[in-house]
Amino acid sequence: MRYSAFALAWNAVTGQTSWKPAWRDAAPCESYDVVIVGGGAHGLATAYYLAKEHGIANVAVLEKSWVGSGNAGRNTTIIRSNYLLPGNIPFYEWSMKLWEGLEQDLNYNTMVSQRGVLNLYHSDLQRDAFARRGNAMLLHGVDAELLDREQVRALVPHLDFDDARFPIQGALLQRRGGTVRHDAVVWGYARAADRRGVDIVQNCEVTGIRISNGRVVGVDTTRGPIRADKVALAVAGSSSRLAAMAGLRLPIESHVLQAFVSEGVKPLIHQVITFGAGHFYISQSDKGGLVFGGDLDGYNSYAQRGNLPAIEDVCEGGMAIMPMIGRLRIVRSWGGLVDMSMDGSPIIDRTPIEGLYLNAGWCYGGFKATPASGWCFAHLIARDEPHRSAVAYRLDRFATGRLIDERGAGAQPNLH
Amino acid sequence: MRINCPHCGERDVREFTYLGDASVQRPDPQVADALERFTSYVYFRDNPAASHRELWYHGACQAWLVVTRDTRSHEIFGVESLKPRTLGAGSGGTAP
Repeated sequence: MRYSAFALAWNAVTGQTSWKPAWRDAAPCESYDVVIVGGGAHGLATAYYLAKEHGIANVAVLEKSWVGSGNAGRNTTIIRSNYLLPGNIPFYEWSMKLWEGLEQDLNYNTMVSQRGVLNLYHSDLQRDAFARRGNAMLLHGVDAELLDREQVRALVPHLDFDDARFPIQGALLQRRGGTVRHDAVVWGYARAADRRGVDIVQNCEVTGIRISNGRVVGVDTTRGPIRADKVALAVAGSSSRLAAMAGLRLPIESHVLQAFVSEGVKPLIHQVITFGAGHFYISQSDKGGLVFGGDLDGYNSYAQRGNLPAIEDVCEGGMAIMPMIGRLRIVRSWGGLVDMSMDGSPIIDRTPIEGLYLNAGWCYGGFKATPASGWCFAHLIARDEPHRSAVAYRLDRFATGRLIDERGAGAQPNLH
Repeated sequence: MRINCPHCGERDVREFTYLGDASVQRPDPQVADALERFTSYVYFRDNPAASHRELWYHGACQAWLVVTRDTRSHEIFGVESLKPRTLGAGSGGTAP
């Protein structure tokens, strides 16, 4: 499907009847070079970069429901690369660079909006920690600015700067951070991958992984068996379930993370703002709704819905920095399943089974990672070696001790 | 979610703190493959989409509980007090 001003005008006067599907609803073939399990943004991005960067287009993306029905459509659409640790910064900065060129690359409007991400700090100690983080970012070529209280006030005058417990002292600002329209990312990658010959197979749930002599040979699905030389898992939230089909246990717990949208209001919040003394992040969608979230519920869950205590906690965080939103009504809330890894960082690696590749453990960070995750996973699948920006995301780091614990919370997944 | 504490009765989940899978057991540090066993104990989990035995701490009565709960629906099937468990032979301690 091509879009043009002419097509827009033509459909406007003909009752919107001549639009065609943006990608084929493919039926599965008997065999592929690569089968990607999971038709979320990561899986589709992987397929796209496999075809575009590595010339491997005999690829199927298997999705148990419709593409983008899982976490790709359940996140809070934030992009940023304000990380501290050397294992993380190059990866997330590579992702940011890909975001910056994504619309041109896909020829699709994904609404990349670099409106800035403001991480508020509320104490001298936190300012010092943010200064350190900002310096780490600058050393890696990432933009970062440490703002004092008055500089923040100039940007966001309506915050509660004088809260008795958590006065706002300043913020770490990444101007290149922002938001992206999450569904458009899915649709853009799906359309672009489909054009390069990738089969996107929906309503096709993987029920088993076929292994012969320690080598993957295909998958069983609800639409029949499919042979494949390589099988790649990109099913964050359900990684443990899929890995169990291959006899693997992962350093991951599945947790539920809730997110919220308020009723629409006039332009109020022009950045992404995070509360430093609790856990709360907020931005405003183009429709006017405030999109926000915070902590996990905190217990293992595959329910895609959470409980009220987490909602209360998130709203308390919001009230602490912007009490004027207290009268707004929440119009929707939802839960997504996140792979909480044991050190809070992802895994992009081979597995002990030859030909089986794993992309998992995204914790809170999956959406912003989408382009680089697809890029690096495709690189790994095509060349059997890690991409230079994802070398630290090894599965064996939990045995070797080379953990990437950005938060310093230890092996307690619900604290990352 | 409400948890029926054996000591206090049914209470709101706000009173409880979650630790995680109750089935993992601290291995005996003296066995030959202790390193692999400790790696598994500290980092690797079954993470089932099914009934899950898990540790919760009740702040009100300071008791550790083993809750059996369906991770797909959050339905709770049973709550027991945690009994001290014996470690692998030779270590003589208890966990957690």
